[in-house]
Amino acid sequence: MRDFWKRFRYNRGAVIGLFILALVIITAILAPIVFPQSPWKMVQRPFLPPFEQEGLLLGTDALGRDVLAGLAHGAYVSLLVGLVSTIVALAIGVPVGACAGYFAGRIDDALMRFTEFFQTIPSFALAIVLLAIFQPSLTFVIIAIAVVSWPPVARLVRGEVLSLRTREFVEAATLSGLGNTQIILRHILPNALPPIIVLASLMIAQAILLESSLSFLGLGDPNIMSWGYMIGAARTVIRTAWWLSFLPGMAILLTVLALNLIGEGLNDALNPRLTRKSE
Amino acid sequence: MSLLQIRDLAIALPEGADRKYAAQNINFDLDKGEILCIVGESGSGKSMSANAVMGLLPQGVKPVDGTITFDGRPILGLSEKEMLKLRGSRISMIFQEPLSALNPLMRVGAQIAEVFEAHGALTGTERRKRALELLHEVGIPDPDAAIRAYPFQLSGGQRQRVMIAMALALEPDILIADEPTTALDVTTQAQILKLIEDLRQKRGMAVIFITHDFGVVADIADRVIVMQTGKIVESGTADEVLLRPQHPYTRALIDAIPRLTQRKEAEEQTRAPILTVEGLQKTFSTGSGKLFGKRRVVKAGQDVSFELFAGETIGIVGESGSGKSTVGRCLVRLLTPDGGRVMVDGADIAHMSGTELRERRRNLQMIFQDPYSSLNPRARVSRILTEGLIAYGTPKREAQEKARELLELVGLDASAMNRFPHEFSGGQRQRIGIARALALDPKIIIADEAVSALDVSIQAQVLDLLADLKTRLDLSMLFITHDLRVAARICDRIIVMQKGKIVEAGPAGKVLHNPDTEYTQSLLDAIPGQEYERALEGAS
Repeated sequence: MRDFWKRFRYNRGAVIGLFILALVIITAILAPIVFPQSPWKMVQRPFLPPFEQEGLLLGTDALGRDVLAGLAHGAYVSLLVGLVSTIVALAIGVPVGACAGYFAGRIDDALMRFTEFFQTIPSFALAIVLLAIFQPSLTFVIIAIAVVSWPPVARLVRGEVLSLRTREFVEAATLSGLGNTQIILRHILPNALPPIIVLASLMIAQAILLESSLSFLGLGDPNIMSWGYMIGAARTVIRTAWWLSFLPGMAILLTVLALNLIGEGLNDALNPRLTRKSE
Repeated sequence: MSLLQIRDLAIALPEGADRKYAAQNINFDLDKGEILCIVGESGSGKSMSANAVMGLLPQGVKPVDGTITFDGRPILGLSEKEMLKLRGSRISMIFQEPLSALNPLMRVGAQIAEVFEAHGALTGTERRKRALELLHEVGIPDPDAAIRAYPFQLSGGQRQRVMIAMALALEPDILIADEPTTALDVTTQAQILKLIEDLRQKRGMAVIFITHDFGVVADIADRVIVMQTGKIVESGTADEVLLRPQHPYTRALIDAIPRLTQRKEAEEQTRAPILTVEGLQKTFSTGSGKLFGKRRVVKAGQDVSFELFAGETIGIVGESGSGKSTVGRCLVRLLTPDGGRVMVDGADIAHMSGTELRERRRNLQMIFQDPYSSLNPRARVSRILTEGLIAYGTPKREAQEKARELLELVGLDASAMNRFPHEFSGGQRQRIGIARALALDPKIIIADEAVSALDVSIQAQVLDLLADLKTRLDLSMLFITHDLRVAARICDRIIVMQKGKIVEAGPAGKVLHNPDTEYTQSLLDAIPGQEYERALEGAS
């Protein structure tokens, strides 16, 4: 574990990413305390530019709502969607990939054709269709994102399992009388973990982007303030009040960038032999 | 003036390594046309010393002291650019694993031509002509076809010949060979050794030969250096070091070499067979043969039949690809045989499945070749040892108790329980692997190249341990190996396999000293260091 930190720290970008992410997390946690009022509440005249009035640091939007409060509450939504949808995607992708890789043969063929079925449809289009069918609530946004993002997990896990299942320690476990489930859970998956963790960190970033895009199109939960919604609502006034789109845009950019940097750092720390030479 | 002079060379390891220097106080000379063998076990610094000459040390490892003089010119600390000129043209190197040292996507001819290109020698057509000559010289069968082949189309020995051809391309003064025959079969090894010897005589080239095998040393060395944990403990002419070793470490290494002549005749078997194999068949095929490509079929087991008696050790020997491992894996049902019967205790396990198979298989356990990949890197030793017992219904506490006893049995401390496999050396890991195989109280142990990955002295210890455990626990053993000397040391009977078939079977003494088939004889002839062994016999 200490080695892990040493190698992670070695990648400066990853440390910066971790710092930014920590800020976003703190913002999300503190949002309901610092801004106890609903971010939908109108507090001042519309189009108040940033830094003009005390107590409204980033000004107001087209309906006179506090932009800073919106950003803070949006951070919570983005992180929640990113995290939960990734967990759901892993919960689908890991078992599918593990079974396909371990049992091989017909089961592998069936599961992989099923996975490819999802991969052939453009993921964003599929997410839009799913949300158009179900009602646009936060739960369904998360489900839609998870449904479109599990196939890469399944493929990655399958590849790892395929190479691990022929290793001698797995054969030894078979001879020790262990069942298939035990072998997969205790011997194969723990060794396949590092690339899965790296992929997961990048999937969170992907999910945040997807959620923002869906909210931008007005397909998000109408009761929840999110960064994508803020950009979408401000796009008509971009020439007169550009900061209304710019600020949430920056929030998305920084969060996604932070997660990507962390993903790269995790990759360096968990797969030390693949680390690019620094000199 | 010698061709290469090394004085007081010290190579520092990065901080946090298990010792400060990879090698220190290294002094030796190499003359024109001389073969110098550097012998030592893994981690002795023998490869590092040679790599320093090439200027090819891994990252973080640096020479900190001493000089290397080549042809009257100091070369330690030369710039990368100047080393590039030297490498390949004056000093070249061949490696242990020729497959990973060759570019898989380039034809052999192009790879040899590339060596000339890198040094700006010759024109395009000349390069090709020279490449062909080189392939002739290293004795590749059908060089005209080989020059157009990709590396995967060649056998291990042929690939090593290509590597040697590349190393010789620019007529170097020194060839450094780092364990070039370790990955090869005995027969191929003998051919490569002869090739190196011939080339040395024809070209007057000096050779630094790094190996852990004293048999190989005895066959080719003029002078020998023995290294232990980064220091030279003994050096001298081959005869001095091999026949009159001074240092206790050298003596221990020489004593550890398994001998062909060691074993007494096994007594006639009177007990009942514990394992009977009848007409075992296993065929591997690649490609479906339906739509794409041609179907390739490899017959890894053809009508294999034998009996293993209680308390007996049978050795299955053969070259790689002879199907010996396939047979072992079919017996424990890691592979399912296509036909034939495997009778254990009167029941045929070849076609069982599910719980029935699980119950029967308990009696058959396996020891694997590679102690590094046969233990789950993320599991503690206690889990590795107790897992099987718990899976068969032993309560956890009892299983832990048993695991401690097992560790003691294989000569490890009970404190090993809470450690991870990477905290142990190769020999210790193999002991853990043995303990795991014994955990379920099996009657039959199948050891698949169980000592091939270990150093000679460790090899001897593990073989002794296996022999001891066999008598104490009344086990029967099937010992799969490519090394006839190892088989001679531990086996009562020997089965020789070739291309999936049993070509000869009989008592160890008979098979090893008076074989019926030419194939077995050719395997025996290829064992390195036989004259030396006879010399040792005569001396004692």
